[in-house]
Amino acid sequence: MVFSYYPGCTLKTKAKDLDRYARASAEALGITLNELENWQCCGGAFTMARDEIATKLSSVRALEASRETGLVTLCSACHNVIKQTNHAMANDEEFAMKVNNYMKLDTPYHGETKVIHYLEMLRDVVGFDKLAAAVKNPLKGKKIAAYYGCLLLRPGKVLGMDNPENPQIIEDFIRAIGGTPVIYPYRNECCGGYMATEDKALASKKSTLVMDSAAENGADMMITACPLCLYNLTKNASGALPVYYFTELLAEALGVKE
Amino acid sequence: MNNEMMKEQVIRMSGVNPLKCMRCGKCSGTCPSYDEMEYHPHQFVYMVEKGEIDKLMASPSIYKCLSCFACVERCPRDVEPAKLVEAIRLMVVRQQGQNHLKANEIPALLDNDLPQQALVTAFRKYTK
Ligand code: SF4
Ligand code: SF4
Repeated sequence: MVFSYYPGCTLKTKAKDLDRYARASAEALGITLNELENWQCCGGAFTMARDEIATKLSSVRALEASRETGLVTLCSACHNVIKQTNHAMANDEEFAMKVNNYMKLDTPYHGETKVIHYLEMLRDVVGFDKLAAAVKNPLKGKKIAAYYGCLLLRPGKVLGMDNPENPQIIEDFIRAIGGTPVIYPYRNECCGGYMATEDKALASKKSTLVMDSAAENGADMMITACPLCLYNLTKNASGALPVYYFTELLAEALGVKE
Repeated sequence: MNNEMMKEQVIRMSGVNPLKCMRCGKCSGTCPSYDEMEYHPHQFVYMVEKGEIDKLMASPSIYKCLSCFACVERCPRDVEPAKLVEAIRLMVVRQQGQNHLKANEIPALLDNDLPQQALVTAFRKYTK
């Protein structure tokens, strides 16, 4: 299987591990991720206003360039922005008309591209049973807390990835690589997000709640798909649990971590 | 612009119909920024309904929304309060000279690990 792949700005800089281990693991699983040429930053947050056009064009360009192959995203924020933009292109006629009018594409774009997160690729394309069969170093005895945060699942109706209030995709992933998932109440609550810039106290309060909740429920470690969640949990939370990108554990389990 | 015109503008930009709200308060109950806000998500909804746009525009609450979509997901009436917070913030930052975050403030915010994602998101939220 071959997919177009959208890494995004942070995976090229502060979150190189998230990207590197994802590529190595995909290869080991027989999937080719072709990085889109000339992709542009998604902007980090979906601008909800319907009259915001320019801020959504980078996502539309990535989507439009992936019509034939489908698009795989990895960073939770890129995934959120690109999927919400795709949904708007398919469902908000006035918005799509303005975008198409500006872009002057040979074939107007109306949200035809299928966008999936890397985790959806593991679940729906590879299959968690096949993944489990490919594991060389199972993470036996490791109690792992899946941290979804906000951007991976919400709005549930638009992203369509999993049940936004009782998700299981990362827990199923953890089982597939041989670990034991830990369920805790704050797994889909916000870490404080970009408030790490202007209100560190808020980011610290929110990320501490998340980490304490994971620790109280017996986790040894936490995993995430979001560079900003990882930052807030490691730099702004007062707890001491180690936090990893899920792709790092995946690469370790598949024996392709260098 | 008077409040009535601004109300129409906010409703058009956000696509939200405040009349759907049944004032249950669930949006505010689930909002991670609740303690930081002067006006809470449910108050945005009824203040827009009443046309009190100027008050909301003057409140620092518009810079406190984390865009976590919890209120959007959990509202039993599909009101989507976050879209009102966003529309009102845009009404402010779209005015000349009203950027909430300025490029020269960035160096002081940086540390070695701060991901680019935090900065681009803050810029997208706070500036035009
Ligand atoms: S999207 Fe904003 S207003 Fe809504 S719950 Fe999250 S922080 Fe609060
Ligand atoms: S959750 Fe929805 S219905 Fe309830 S107060 Fe908030 S906007 Fe209104």
